[in-house]
Amino acid sequence: MSKRILIADDEQNIVISIEFLLRREGFEVLVASDGEEALAKVRAERPDLVLLDVMMPRMNGFDVCQALRADPDLGGTRILMLTAKGRDTEVSKGLGLGADGYMTKPFSTKELLAEVRKLLGM
Amino acid sequence: MLEAPVVVTVALVYLGLLFAVAWWGDKRADQGRSIIANPTIYALSMAVYCTTWTFYGSVGRAAVSGIGFLPVYLGPTLVMALGWFLLLKMVRIVKANRITSIADFISSRYGKSHRLGGLVTIIAVLGIIPYIALQLKAVSGTVSLLLSYPDIVMPDRSATMSVAADMSFYIALILAAFTIVFGTRHLDATERHEGMVAAIAFESSVKLVAFVTVGVFVTYGMYDGFGDIFEHIATHPELRRLVTAIPSGQGYTGWFSLIILSGLAVLFLPRQFQVAVVENVNEAHLKRAAWLFPLYLLLINVFVLPIALGGLLHFSGQAVDADTFVLTLPMSQRQQGLTLLVFIGGLSAGTGMVIVETIALSTMVCNDLVMPLLLRRKAAALEERKDLSGLLLAIRRGAIVVILLLGYLYFRLAGEAYALVAIGLISFSAVAQFAPAIIGGMYWRGGTRAGALAGLSAGFLVWGYTLLLPSFAKSGWLPADFLTQGLFGSELLRPQQLFGLTGMDEISHCLFWSSLANIGAYLGVSLLRPPLAAEATQATLFVDALKETGPVGAALWRGRAQVSDLRELVGRFLGPTRTEAAFAAFARRRGGKGAALEADAQLVQFAESLLAGAIGSASARVMVASVAKEEPLSLEEVMHILDEASQLRTYSRELERKSRELTAATRELQDANARLQELDKVKDDIMSSVTHELRTPLTSIRAFSELLRDDPKMHLADRERFLGLIVSETERLTRLINQTLDLAKIESGRADWNGCELDLKEVVEQSVAATSQLFREKGAHVELDLPDNLPLILADRDRLVQVMLNLLSNAVKFLPPGSGRVHVVLRALAEGLEVSVADNGPGIRAEDQALIFEKFRQVGDTMTAKPSGTGLGLPISRRIVEHFGGRLWVESAPGEGATFRFTLPYAGPAEPAAVAGNPA
Amino acid sequence: MQRRILAGDRLIATFLIGCVLFNYPLLSLFDRPLALFGVPLIYAYVFAAWALVVGLMAWAIERRIS
Repeated sequence: MSKRILIADDEQNIVISIEFLLRREGFEVLVASDGEEALAKVRAERPDLVLLDVMMPRMNGFDVCQALRADPDLGGTRILMLTAKGRDTEVSKGLGLGADGYMTKPFSTKELLAEVRKLLGM
Repeated sequence: MLEAPVVVTVALVYLGLLFAVAWWGDKRADQGRSIIANPTIYALSMAVYCTTWTFYGSVGRAAVSGIGFLPVYLGPTLVMALGWFLLLKMVRIVKANRITSIADFISSRYGKSHRLGGLVTIIAVLGIIPYIALQLKAVSGTVSLLLSYPDIVMPDRSATMSVAADMSFYIALILAAFTIVFGTRHLDATERHEGMVAAIAFESSVKLVAFVTVGVFVTYGMYDGFGDIFEHIATHPELRRLVTAIPSGQGYTGWFSLIILSGLAVLFLPRQFQVAVVENVNEAHLKRAAWLFPLYLLLINVFVLPIALGGLLHFSGQAVDADTFVLTLPMSQRQQGLTLLVFIGGLSAGTGMVIVETIALSTMVCNDLVMPLLLRRKAAALEERKDLSGLLLAIRRGAIVVILLLGYLYFRLAGEAYALVAIGLISFSAVAQFAPAIIGGMYWRGGTRAGALAGLSAGFLVWGYTLLLPSFAKSGWLPADFLTQGLFGSELLRPQQLFGLTGMDEISHCLFWSSLANIGAYLGVSLLRPPLAAEATQATLFVDALKETGPVGAALWRGRAQVSDLRELVGRFLGPTRTEAAFAAFARRRGGKGAALEADAQLVQFAESLLAGAIGSASARVMVASVAKEEPLSLEEVMHILDEASQLRTYSRELERKSRELTAATRELQDANARLQELDKVKDDIMSSVTHELRTPLTSIRAFSELLRDDPKMHLADRERFLGLIVSETERLTRLINQTLDLAKIESGRADWNGCELDLKEVVEQSVAATSQLFREKGAHVELDLPDNLPLILADRDRLVQVMLNLLSNAVKFLPPGSGRVHVVLRALAEGLEVSVADNGPGIRAEDQALIFEKFRQVGDTMTAKPSGTGLGLPISRRIVEHFGGRLWVESAPGEGATFRFTLPYAGPAEPAAVAGNPA
Repeated sequence: MQRRILAGDRLIATFLIGCVLFNYPLLSLFDRPLALFGVPLIYAYVFAAWALVVGLMAWAIERRIS
């Protein structure tokens, strides 16, 4: 059974590229373009991994992360934060809120795949 | 033949030439190209020291006393070695305090005292008038001699000659006219006379050339050089004593006294003070003059003894006065040209002395005698006269005529009497009385007004009793008993053996007793009490004249005065034009602080010094006091200020300079820092946002690029799609960078703005045309409502197009596809033109309306996904509009579209007619 | 500054030299019936001393101190 991954990002082109990348590697891909939609899709579709952009309209990545970790039903969902702000404070804030990994934009597709596989235990 | 018309013509032509030189000198001075700004001219002008008493008299004295005439020139030589110190200090003091004469100098030093100035003037006039008489005698005597050419007939002065027939009377009048023209030509009554100095220097050259020519003629023409003359003497035992010894009547004491007296005279004779100190244009000239002037004295004396001896040998047994040898020797050889040259030389010596001395004395009489009396007695009458510069000149001219007529009168009375012959040294002794007050005043702070008055009075009285009155007695104007029996028949009071002092010549005798009385009284009385505040102030200005210091004087004045009052007061004495110019120059020097109504201490001082240049320091003080309410400082306060001044003196100037530099540097740093901080803030804001905004497109570009790279077998359609996305993300990056830089420029104030008057309608039409393709692609419709003939606005055309393009492209982004409508309206309001761009898009929530104008804040909608802009368009637009004085804002409600509006003020004042005619 | 002080000191020295040369007792040494190249001694002496003083002054003032 292929792993299910949700891409939550408001940048359409980034979504397109990651979606193409992950599909090619055989993952099942879901897409959300803002924080609320992402939260809703996680609850509805139960993906194994969420690639979570920090700067999103309606609800930012930190809030989404916090909401996900507050829901005991979703304890198995891995969270990989993606952000364009690479400051240390942001990294520690994300990890402090319960994210499992953190990647700074722009990232290498290989590294992203490696991180995804690591988080999914593959 | 030297007929009377020839002599008179030559004399008048020469005087005309002098006038031409003076006129030229004044003209050049007016043009700012001074001809006297030259150390040689300055040294030559000092040679006014050599009068007819030198030109003719030296030979006469040498014929009687051998080398006894020389100390009169050795003294000045020695003093000039110190001139670099003494004269330099005097020049500094005179310039700093605008002192006009030696009377002014003394009066100013001791607290600007009218009484002291008056006393000095009286001593000077009494001492100098006989000296002027001597010049008249010499000039008229030589004219008479010439008229009998080639016979040598000593002039016979019979007392019966009427004034009208007396040539010297006319000479006096001509000289008076000349002096008036030379000395009071300027209407501004200032103290300096460049033309006169030029003429005096010219005269000094003439008299030196004339005398040396005669000397060479006598020594090498009539005899066979120095050796030959002295050999001849060997056969005349009665002449040998002249060249072998200090004259017995004089002795070493007399010799020494003469050196001292002449050394003082070369500083303090009014004419010497005038040319050496008052007329000095550049203190650097003192240096070269310090040795050139003694050299001049040396040269003019080299041939004195040969001429005297030659004359004695040649005219042996004849009744020819030795005082005339300079002229009669060439006459005896029938040297017409040389005779005329000598006459001109003598005329130069006489006129030069008379002109300068009379100018100096008239200034003293006007400023230190007449003005104080006028100020005291007729203050009310003076008040009524608007312009007093004419009165000042009239007083000076009157004084010149009176002084010369007094000189003539003395000459008529004295005739050939002893009192005239000996007057040179008597005059020297009179002006030597100024020495303690002046030299003491320049180097000792303790001298007081009372001390100076006592010293001068005592010295003057002793001089009169031991030298002047005896000369009267020797002339037969006083009973001879006075000399031999003493006053009241008291032996102790014999004027030339005062208190039984014998063994001295009369000059040494007078010098000793008058110095004792003068210096004793000056020191003694000064030591009785401490100086008053005014005296201490002036003492500091004089004693510290050579120290590098700021204007201490201004610190010592406290009070209130109106600028307009000062200006009017100065204007009355100097004339309004010169006053305006002087005040304006002063304001410029102080950096344009001239507009205040209330005068500060520096301006009051400046006004006083301006006045001092015209009417003397004491009168200037009185006049300024009449318009300024001075709060007198106590002595303690003065001493306190002076102490502070002296403590700070060494460093004050340096500190002032440093502090000025520091202030300037600090201001620059503050400006730079403020600019940097502003830039820094802008940079910080932008940097944090920019890094985020840059990373976003870079993320896509990198991801797509790696996908393409890693998958060579990718479908062509995907490949093309990804490449297209890469290109558009690159374009987005470029746009972002450009707009970031643009905004940074605008915010830091470094943007280029090309403001011009323009028609806003044109700008709107141009922008709509440029975006028509965008609207067509989205199937949208644009409506325009743009009235004609609206007033112009002042702005940068390209920047406004940028704003319009931004608003229009923003609108396009949010328009519903196919049914979009944009309405662009231009209308005139009272405060300016307004443009509105209304769309029928989704609208903007009230809470987001402020956010969209912030940098990188885009308000998107889930449904429409993120807008493709940079988030900088609206912030830039708003800043552009605000730069030209307008406003940019949005009106919207969700679901009802958004209307962006901006206003821009009219180029000129608002035109209501245009507004009223606006169809919108 | 140094130069001006030196020139000033030289002028003062010249003044003192002149005072000595022009007065008793040095003057009295030459006050005798002798002649130098036909010129009376005292006359020659005074003018020579005078020229010396003027020359010293010119030297003190005009000389450039390197």
